[in-house]
Formats: sequence, C-alpha cells, structure tokens
Amino acid sequence: MTTVHIPFLQTGTLAVGGRLLDDAQRSLQSHADRPSSLTKGHRACQGCAEALAARWVMDTAVEAAGGRLVVANATGCLEVFSTLYPESAWKPPWVHSLFANAAAVATGIAAALHAQGRDDIRVLAQGGDGGTVDIGLAAVSGMFERNDDVLYVCYDNQGYMNTGVQRSSATPASARTATTPAVGRNPGQAFGQGKSMVKIAMAHEIPYVASATVADLRDLEAKVRTAMSIHGARYLHVLVPCPVGWGANSAESISLSRAAVQSGIFPVIEARAGELTDVQRIRERAKVEDYLRPQARFAHLFRPGGEDALERWRVLAEANIRRYDLLGGAS
Amino acid sequence: MREVLEGSQAVARTVARCRPGVVCAYPISPQTHIVEALSVMARTGELANCEYVNVESEFSAMSVSIGASAAGSRAYTATASQGLLYMAEAVYNAAGMGLPIVMTVANRAIGAPINIWNDHSDAMAMRDSGWLQLFAADNQEAADLHVIAFAVAEELGIPAMVCMDGFVLTHASDVVELATAEQVDAFLPPYRPTQVLDIDHPATLGTMAGPESFTETRYLQHLRFLDAAAVIEAWSDRFREQIGREAGGLIARYDPDTLDRDRGAPPASSTDLAVVAMGSVVGTLQSALAPLRAEGVPVRLLSVGAFRPFPEEALRDALGGSRHVVVVDRALELGSGGVLTGCVGRALAGTGSHLHSVVAGLGGRPILEASLRDVVRRALVDEVGSLEFLDLKPGIPTPALGATEVAR
Repeated sequence: MTTVHIPFLQTGTLAVGGRLLDDAQRSLQSHADRPSSLTKGHRACQGCAEALAARWVMDTAVEAAGGRLVVANATGCLEVFSTLYPESAWKPPWVHSLFANAAAVATGIAAALHAQGRDDIRVLAQGGDGGTVDIGLAAVSGMFERNDDVLYVCYDNQGYMNTGVQRSSATPASARTATTPAVGRNPGQAFGQGKSMVKIAMAHEIPYVASATVADLRDLEAKVRTAMSIHGARYLHVLVPCPVGWGANSAESISLSRAAVQSGIFPVIEARAGELTDVQRIRERAKVEDYLRPQARFAHLFRPGGEDALERWRVLAEANIRRYDLLGGAS
Repeated sequence: MREVLEGSQAVARTVARCRPGVVCAYPISPQTHIVEALSVMARTGELANCEYVNVESEFSAMSVSIGASAAGSRAYTATASQGLLYMAEAVYNAAGMGLPIVMTVANRAIGAPINIWNDHSDAMAMRDSGWLQLFAADNQEAADLHVIAFAVAEELGIPAMVCMDGFVLTHASDVVELATAEQVDAFLPPYRPTQVLDIDHPATLGTMAGPESFTETRYLQHLRFLDAAAVIEAWSDRFREQIGREAGGLIARYDPDTLDRDRGAPPASSTDLAVVAMGSVVGTLQSALAPLRAEGVPVRLLSVGAFRPFPEEALRDALGGSRHVVVVDRALELGSGGVLTGCVGRALAGTGSHLHSVVAGLGGRPILEASLRDVVRRALVDEVGSLEFLDLKPGIPTPALGATEVAR
C-alpha cells in the first residue's frame, strides 16, 4: 500500500475518515465485500480488542492469500468465544488443537501442504500472550528457527484473561492480576520481570517481525499485507486491551492502545532478519499516566505510595523512547 | 526378499513404503534409528513427496503430526518413554480429533529412576488416550503392523500406536521379509481423510464442546472403538491373504505342541494353564514352554496383539476357562498388579480361572526361560499368588513373596 499524505479536515483526533481516500486506498474493512473471516455471532466481550484485531488480521490475510488461507488457533479467549459447538464464527478452514501447540500445528499444516504441492495455500497461526509468550514459547521458537512458512500472530492482552485474569510473562510491571494482587510493599506484578516477545522473535532473525495496536488499524492491515508478501517464519505482535482484565471502560480499548504507543510504553516497530527497519514515531506525546490511570489494574499507582512505581514507569517509557528513537531526530 | 535387518531399519523401510506425507519426530532412545533412517530417505528422495520435520520436543512432534493429518497428509511419528509422556496432551488430542496418525512406540520404562531399557510402562500410561495400541511380537510383525496400522487407523479415523519393545526389537537384527512397495501400494488405500482443512470446503476443526454435547462425543468415540475390533481383524486377514504372513489381529493363538503361531489352534481347556503375554516376551515364552509341553505339562500360550481395543471376548473364548491364567506383565499398576493382568481379569470375570500376575522385565531386566518355567510349575500346584515379581533379587524386604494376596 502506498502512503498518501492528506490534510486533516477534522480536529481533536488523529484519525482520518476513510471517506477522504480514493476507493482503492480505503481499508479492506470499509468495503462491502470484505471477507468477514471472523463473522458475527461470537461471544467476545464488549470492547474486546482481540476480536477487533483478529478480524482485521484474518480478513487482510485471507485477501492477501487470494482466499487460500488455513488457520491454526491456540486455546484461549479467541478460540473459546468463537467456536462453541455446534457454532463457529470462522469462515476460513480453521483448527484448534491445544493451548501450547498452535505454532507446531501450523508447521504441520505447512509441511503437509508443501508435500502435497499446494504451496499456493498460506498458513496463519494465532494465539494470545499466554499461548505464545508462556506455554507455547518452545513451539513458537521452534517454528521460528526452522523458518517454517507460517505467519504467527500474538494478540497480547497481557494476561490469562480467559481463565480469570492471572499474571502471564507479558503482564506489565505493577499490574494487578488475580495472582499478582495489589498488596504489600511492591503491589502487582513485580518490576524487572516479564519478557519482550518482539525482541525474542527478532533474535531468531526471521524474515519479518512487527508490532501493532488496534489504535492504528491501517498500520495493522499494512503489516499483515507485508507479512503475507513474504515467505518463511513471520511474527506479528498486536497489543489488544481487555476491558475485563485491565479494569477499563469497554469504550476505551482504542484510546488506551493509542496512549500506550504515544507514551512510549508500547513501541510499534518493524524488523527484518533481526534488524529494526521501521519505527512508528510518537506523534502527540502522552504521559504514562494517560495510559495507566484509566485502568483499574493500575489504580494503586494513583494512591499514596504509588509515586515510586509511576516514576519507574516513566523510566521504562524513556528507555523505549531512547532505544527505538520514538521521538525521532536521533543522530 | 529375506534379509537380515535391525528392527528399526525394518520399520523405517516399511513406513517409507506406506508413503507418509509428513514425518516429524524428536529423538529419544530407543526410537532414534527409525527416524534417522526416515530422515535420510526423505532427504535423498527415496521417500518422495514427504516432508521430514525436525522439532524441538515430542509435544511438537505430535502437534506437527496433528496439523499434517488435519491438512490431509498421512502423518507418522515415533517416540518412547518420557517422550510419549511429554506429548501426552497432544496424544489425547489427536484421538479426540479423529486424526489417523500412526506412531511407533519403542517401548521403554519411565523414570524416575531414569532408565532407557524396555518395559511397557510408556504405552500403558496412554492406554486410555483413545489410540489403538498394537503390539509386535518380533521384528517381522513390527514391520508388517505398520502397514496394517495405517489401513486400520485411516478406515476408522482413530490414530494407532505400533508398540515394539525397545532395544529387544528396535536394536536387534533378525531375518525379515519386508512388504514390497508394490505389495504395500496394492494393500494400503490412499489416505482419504474424513475431515480436512480444505479451502474449498472450509470447516472448523477442534471446537469446544460443552456439557450438552461432550458425553455424546465420547460415546461416539466409544462406538468407533467397538468397531475397531472387527476392522483390525479384517485388515489382518487381508494382509495374510495378500502378503502371505500372519500379522496383527486381536490375539494370537499358538499350537499346543509346537508353540508356533497358529490361528487354527484350539482354545485352551479347563484343565490347562494358560500363559498370556504381549510383545517380544512371546518369543521367549515359545522357547521356554516347549520343554514343558514335551514333559506333558498342560500349558498353553496366548498373546495379545491389540491392547486397545482390548479383545475381551476373543481372549475369553481362547482361554476356554483355563484353571490357571498366568499373565506375564511388563508394566505395573502400583499397589495393584500388572496392567495387562487387570484387563485380562476383566475379560475372565465370572469364569472361575485363577489369575496370576507375574510382573517381569521391568526396566530391561532379562526375562529368563528357566524363571518362566519355574513360575508355570509352581502355579500348577497353587504356589503362585495373585502377584509375583519375577526374579526379584533376594534381600529385598517383602512379606511372604510368592503368595502375597494383593487387595483389589
């Protein structure tokens, strides 16, 4: 997709209506014949960013594959809310096997299709942060290092939301979960824990790694298109706010995603073969508080005694801004 | 062509002739030689149109097999022991999804203590996983069983384990005659999956089933398993007709005098002592019991070919109400007795047979012919209890070994 610079005709928003673009440049979702791969009737919660992201990812991948896409899905919210027998919200051929093995199942599908001479059919695997960063990491890493022809998408809602909001290794520091309660001297998830799946993916030097959020769906769409234009192992990490798990208003999933990016908390990047190739700059800098305050899981940060944790958040955001040059202009 | 081959090579070459589309495995002794050979054949092109996938764990090996099978390819893997347990979740999953994967289990003990040698603990741990479990008595049968296993599994939509004793069979060289590529092609139909990830007919596989449908799902799986007994027998018959060898089947009968495998052998009688076993110890028993028969000891031999589905009816008929049934068992249900014995006991409920569980050969302990003869002689004069550990070393503290009544 080519990038077009157009003037803002609206105020108070960074979003530009699709109607201002030529038809060919509008999003896939603005077209009546969009694939609707994840179709209506599923049981996702109100404001679920995972459902929104999955719809954009899947539709874009289906279109990019010319309709020839097979999907392997890890256990988790996405699977549970979409496939309670005898109903299914999925239009493409779709398989769920287990929590930890979506990447390996996808490898098996890709191997079978290759053996059958059906290299025209593309394979996508998807799961949440639990199925990707924690229990499924070995299978994901194996798929990466073999450079299997699979696009793996992680919808990161930063915890085990399907089982009742327990801590995962993608849960951010200081966040309250059911297993990291906001009590004691260091309430919530401990600082210094957790891991960056984006960096882990980059360390495998696979052809393509990218992060995205639901605050910029055109960016998400473009990254899926880029990923689908490449063969080999590809990884897309999408931040998806969970109103239930984060203790946020279900109308705020988009604005929270935007605040995560604009505060420097969630870097939106692209990398090829382990090298950082693109970074989404901060356009209108937000404070870390803009991201943290609307979420009940961080409520203790805004009570007396929370100042140190807030300061540590600022340090984390600054580190990201430095590391990825999120404000631009680094020499 | 008769040739001398290591058991693993015999299996690998036979599996290759079954033309799998995807072979995926993780190394674990004593299964390694099988998958090494297949990886070479896939790389050289001797095994055409096949992807060999090296993975990082047995869990992924089974998961790749699940994906491959769901995408419409014939999928094969092999494992043993800890590897089988490490993939356990995916083993159950493959069965629940009705994916006819074939897996060789090179039977090996389970730790701790870690032990790489042969017994049946690994396969027994997966006895309720929903897989067919076919046991090979020797290398010839191990090789042949794979051809039958693919046919049976794919007709039923049930995955199949071919269980062969680790090292005792996998690493032993023996004279075998492999089914030729032409024979296998004529015998084994192409894989036509009942459900597949097809872009032209998209389906959702592996859905969630709530309380309103889960019981029915399991019940239907159970009905398929009931069908399996007849299907196993039918493909075993077809194998004998087309390829000319006895292999597979629910149970194997043996001639009372020669102790050779003989499908026409009469059932045991109520005055007989029947020995029931599974796997390579059958060969040891054939050799061990022959001298007893020569002495006129009324001993009969039966072996279980299909542990799952367990052939209760066939076994009950063949045992003919034998006064004593000695089960040589290579897996232990702690606090109870042999695992095979438990199943035989259920088959014999109400027949009045005295059941003796002889737990033998755990962790690769050799099973000696003399020890087997001794057990049979003592059982005939009621000197063997319901549970005995064969050749347990002296000095191990144990209450009245040999006549221990174990509460059930």
